[in-house]
Amino acid sequence: MSTVKLTVNGKAVAVDVEDRTLLVHLLRDHLNLTGTHVGCDTSQCGACVVHMDGRAVKSCTMLAGQADGANVTTIEGIAKGDELHPMQAAFRDNHGLQCGYCTPGMIMSAIDIVHRYGGQLDEATVRHELEGNICRCTGYHNIVKAVLDAAGRMKVSQAAE
Amino acid sequence: MYQTTYHRASSVDEAASLFGKSSEAKFLSGGQTLLPVMKQRLASPSDVIDLGKIKELIGVEAAGDTLTIKAATPHYDVATSDVAKKAIPAVAYLASLIGDPAVRYRGTIGGSLANNDPAADYPAATLALGATIKTNKRSIAADDYFKGLFSTALEDGEIITAVSFPIPAKAGYAKFPHPASRFALTGVFVAQTKSGDVRVAVTGASQSGVMRVGAIEAALKANWSPLAIDSVNIPASGLLSDIHGSSDYRANLIKVMAQRAVAAAG
Repeated sequence: MSTVKLTVNGKAVAVDVEDRTLLVHLLRDHLNLTGTHVGCDTSQCGACVVHMDGRAVKSCTMLAGQADGANVTTIEGIAKGDELHPMQAAFRDNHGLQCGYCTPGMIMSAIDIVHRYGGQLDEATVRHELEGNICRCTGYHNIVKAVLDAAGRMKVSQAAE
Repeated sequence: MYQTTYHRASSVDEAASLFGKSSEAKFLSGGQTLLPVMKQRLASPSDVIDLGKIKELIGVEAAGDTLTIKAATPHYDVATSDVAKKAIPAVAYLASLIGDPAVRYRGTIGGSLANNDPAADYPAATLALGATIKTNKRSIAADDYFKGLFSTALEDGEIITAVSFPIPAKAGYAKFPHPASRFALTGVFVAQTKSGDVRVAVTGASQSGVMRVGAIEAALKANWSPLAIDSVNIPASGLLSDIHGSSDYRANLIKVMAQRAVAAAG
């Protein structure tokens, strides 16, 4: 056992976990943040994507100990109170989900994509950048639409800040 | 995940010392291969020693005729490094093709070379550019480093600290990625050194891991052009054959990817 200290969604936490614990299990089983999903457990599907120090990573492919000292943001940490993050709002408005299982990872990856490209996104780029996130329901069409929509909204909200 | 003991090393010396005290330790860099392999119990180290936070192992530098990428530098940082893009754009481009964006944030060049997956990208650049692999004990020439599938010249407990690439006159990389895994079904790195020598390395195709292709090197040395590769004969013997592609298919891919790499190199 070791104590892993990290900041999750702005809150400092210290969690006693077995060394073998994956970051996703620390989040889900110890902090009850079950919005982050385990889809494949083989680094392929992206349902477990969270932000660690501002980068979208697969939390099923990290030991909790590797996140010691890090700043982690999960799907639960992106809305401002009742106000959805622009990416969440765009997924809702564009019907960018069906069963919703992949959605938390899609949204966390998509925010990272917009951060990296700014407003300079087109459909081909979004599809290519989402290659680490798998959706078995939608055929991606509305997901891509939502990301492009959100890219515009995030640019506007950043400019307003 | 199965039982193991996790250590975070703060220096290369501490990592080496922790390794010496463990029964069956493995070094953990980005963990994008080791952790999936541990989940499948293809590896079950008693201890994992994390190199990912060692400051002396992170960074990209160019000095004189050499581009140096320190071992724990993630692929994303290489792909977006202005230093790497200026010194050897083909290396930055290669890094941008590895895995997916989340994997590139975590995976590292040292981890890739220590693992030496026969379909990994970095071995192709390392061998084609005649790079030097620096470890905590010595420097190893790329020509002496790769020893077949998942095998390298590294000794037990030896830690890669950096890879030094001689900056070539021209270099290019082209890969045909497996559509699901993004590993190279075949990837070809071509380089023309400043002294006019030509080196070509292929990943993903051979049963013995990354390899040079003398016939393409000779053709390009005579005429640096995609057309020069048209008449080269690549035998299928010794090439991988699996559900993703036959050895004949990979032999053809070697030619096509080499031509695209030369076109990209200019």
